Amino acid sequence: MSQAKLNQFDPVQYSRIYAIGAARGNLVVSNDDVAGPIDSSDEWIRQRTGIISRRRADKDQSLMDMAVSASNDAIAKAGIKANEIGAVIFSTISHPYQTPSAATQLTELIGASPAPAFDISAACAGYCYGIAQADALVRSGVAKYVLVVGAEKLSDFIDPTDRSISFLLGDGAGAAIVGPATEPGISKTVWGSDGSHWASVSMTNSLLELRDGVASWPTLRQDGQTVFRWAVWEMAKVAQQALDAAGVKAEELNALVTHQANMRIIDEMVKQLKLPDSVAVARDIIHTGNTSAASIPLAMDQLLADGAVKSGGLALQIGFGAGLAFAAQVVVLP
Amino acid sequence: MALSQDEVLAGLAELVNEETGIDTESVKLDKSFSNDLDIDSISMMTIVVNAEEKFGVKIPDDEVKNLLTVGDAVNYITSAQG
Repeated sequence: MSQAKLNQFDPVQYSRIYAIGAARGNLVVSNDDVAGPIDSSDEWIRQRTGIISRRRADKDQSLMDMAVSASNDAIAKAGIKANEIGAVIFSTISHPYQTPSAATQLTELIGASPAPAFDISAACAGYCYGIAQADALVRSGVAKYVLVVGAEKLSDFIDPTDRSISFLLGDGAGAAIVGPATEPGISKTVWGSDGSHWASVSMTNSLLELRDGVASWPTLRQDGQTVFRWAVWEMAKVAQQALDAAGVKAEELNALVTHQANMRIIDEMVKQLKLPDSVAVARDIIHTGNTSAASIPLAMDQLLADGAVKSGGLALQIGFGAGLAFAAQVVVLP
Repeated sequence: MALSQDEVLAGLAELVNEETGIDTESVKLDKSFSNDLDIDSISMMTIVVNAEEKFGVKIPDDEVKNLLTVGDAVNYITSAQG
């Protein structure tokens, strides 16, 4: 029997991020606003996390509103039309429906239908997982332009009396358009998971327990010390692996954009990587909080908007969190 | 080569000083890390990871919550050495 002819896509050699779009929750929530229920203070929160305020979306601003806004921002900056998008990837842990996906609704709302669309659930690694996927889709020729969105309305899943994580969390959306390039724009992704720590960042209970009346609305919580140790020491190794895989030295970077989990984690990681002062470090957590899948694109957008880095520079981005899951790549700044 | 309790205490005091700026003289066996020395759980973890490297021992996350005083940590590290 002769081999069937199965047509393949025409691969493209490189991909790059064309543009980043951003949307933050419309409320500015200070430390004083959240300190009461956790019996804490502005000073304690600043010292322990680096956060001065976080953005939250009010009840009239939905996850989808923020995702649409960030996506339209990225599409406009990329100079493409929505109907040129070949795939839509929506990274989130706060879409409040089992089905349909957030991605299919977003695709319709931005005018990108009938592009294939799917959600990724990889928590704080979700955006970098999405970039890895988009890079592969573009370079294999499956899609010309891919929209990657990291968006969260974490405030829907917060218990304000939780001392382990609630006060860190914020709402927002970041979006990237990934497309073909004539020079490398996204390096090899170094990514993975560690399910042995499945319980380290999790929900208080499942929807089934809520249904059966044995628990209430599921909210986010974490084992802070375990997560801190893993995030600093294990993720510093992943960051170095990503640099090595890319063939880039730390001193060649223009920016480090880590998931904005906690300033103490960012500071320790900078120390572990021995980054010179010439590398700008994203610290968007100060006024945005920890927005899980949205945190890296929002932090990159802030660095660019502030003029701390220029288009064309090199950034190491690394996401890590619940799963535990992680992903890192070196990218050329849009 | 296993260190004595005094050597472990001295080494631990240096690590505490490097992480927090607390005087090594204040790091005494009976002091509670959080209540007396005001070391939060994040700094504690940094000290623990640095102690693992300095003393060549493993201090799993489960154990860290049992190390309430400097003495607890010194005893654990001293016993954990080969």
